[in-house]
Amino acid sequence: MRSVLEMHQVSKTHGSGAMEVHALKEVNFAVNGGEMVAIMGPSGSGKSTLLTIAGCLENATAGEVLIDGAAVSGMSRDEQARMRRRSIGYVFQDFNLLAGLTAAENVSLPLELDGVATSSARAAGLDALRTLGLDDRAGAFPDDLSGGERQRVAIARAVVGHRRLLLADEPSGALDSANGETVMRLLRDICRRGMAVVVVTHDSQIAAWADRVLFLRDGRMVDQGTAPRGPESLLNEGLDL
Amino acid sequence: MSVRHALLALLSEGPKYGLRLQREFEERTGEVWPLNVGQVYTTLQRLERDGLVESDGTDSVQKDFTITSDGRTELVDWLRTPPSSKIPPRDELVIKVLVAAKVPGIQVHDVIQSHRRHLVETMQTFTRLKAESRPEEVELAMVVDAELFRLEGVVRWLDAADARLGGLEAVTDSVEVPQPARADADVRR
Repeated sequence: MRSVLEMHQVSKTHGSGAMEVHALKEVNFAVNGGEMVAIMGPSGSGKSTLLTIAGCLENATAGEVLIDGAAVSGMSRDEQARMRRRSIGYVFQDFNLLAGLTAAENVSLPLELDGVATSSARAAGLDALRTLGLDDRAGAFPDDLSGGERQRVAIARAVVGHRRLLLADEPSGALDSANGETVMRLLRDICRRGMAVVVVTHDSQIAAWADRVLFLRDGRMVDQGTAPRGPESLLNEGLDL
Repeated sequence: MSVRHALLALLSEGPKYGLRLQREFEERTGEVWPLNVGQVYTTLQRLERDGLVESDGTDSVQKDFTITSDGRTELVDWLRTPPSSKIPPRDELVIKVLVAAKVPGIQVHDVIQSHRRHLVETMQTFTRLKAESRPEEVELAMVVDAELFRLEGVVRWLDAADARLGGLEAVTDSVEVPQPARADADVRR
């Protein structure tokens, strides 16, 4: 199976000379369709930089990023922008919805910016909202939605159309634990339908929803976990009487 | 986990026999804590000896037990008594990290990371159990949540310890005195 996202020896350096900061150092990893990978690390470990490079929002200083097998470094700025609009969805901690647009308009906006006719974009937007159980909130403005609803609208916006890769930066950071769990269940369902999902977080409860957890420290990938074991393993770990 | 008080709680709903108590205990605790029937009968005998339950006096396997008024008082007192919040005398993980920080040739950050990885893997297994449970399995979700919050707390302690030890190294490194040669001085990740 070809990976949706691949990073090969990716490094990112900001500044130069005495001010040089190595945000990422020779990072390697790949994510397949239908797989959720969490990247855990403390503040300043390079998590957000990694996500912006994976999402073609900034370029690596060295190394190669491939989206669906296509090298990002070989693309023009316009091609990168088209890739962002068509193939990649983003979910942020603070939702990043446009306050002057309704939920449905927020969700259909990426398609309209990509040249899709308004009526088709709106239909796809409503479909995405329906999938997330929000079709009855389509006409509401962000200020009239709860935090959990806003994040679900943001997720609908991230999956609308035929995207392959969803990138989430602390997706439940602004939510209570019940709404955070709802968001992670939705991301898991989206993943099961074939999208590749990358979540960066410092929160172990969020990372625990992933199929695979990678650990970042000082810009380096220092460790990775193995696939989760079956529930029967729990009975050998102190849950007996 | 107090089996004694859990059985009193189940008997507060009405008379029950041993096998039924075993089945209900497992259902109410999300079937995470298996309880053998011998333990149920031993506990019931002790509760009867202490005057907290009464049996119907038959020798049948399906002998019913009923909670007494002393049993109800004991149950209510137990429900309202805070569990012990004393620091465990020897927390193995805390001791390992404290010791690792001083052992020559050992990178304490690597020790911390290996425990962090193991804990997160265990949390993944619990989360999968919760994700695959049915919405009506509320007891299971609650037991799993309790374990996830506990494990999250341990991971957060590891993160804090990692940061404190990193800060200590930064302070030590900034002091301009000759340092003993360390083969691993630049290995910390």
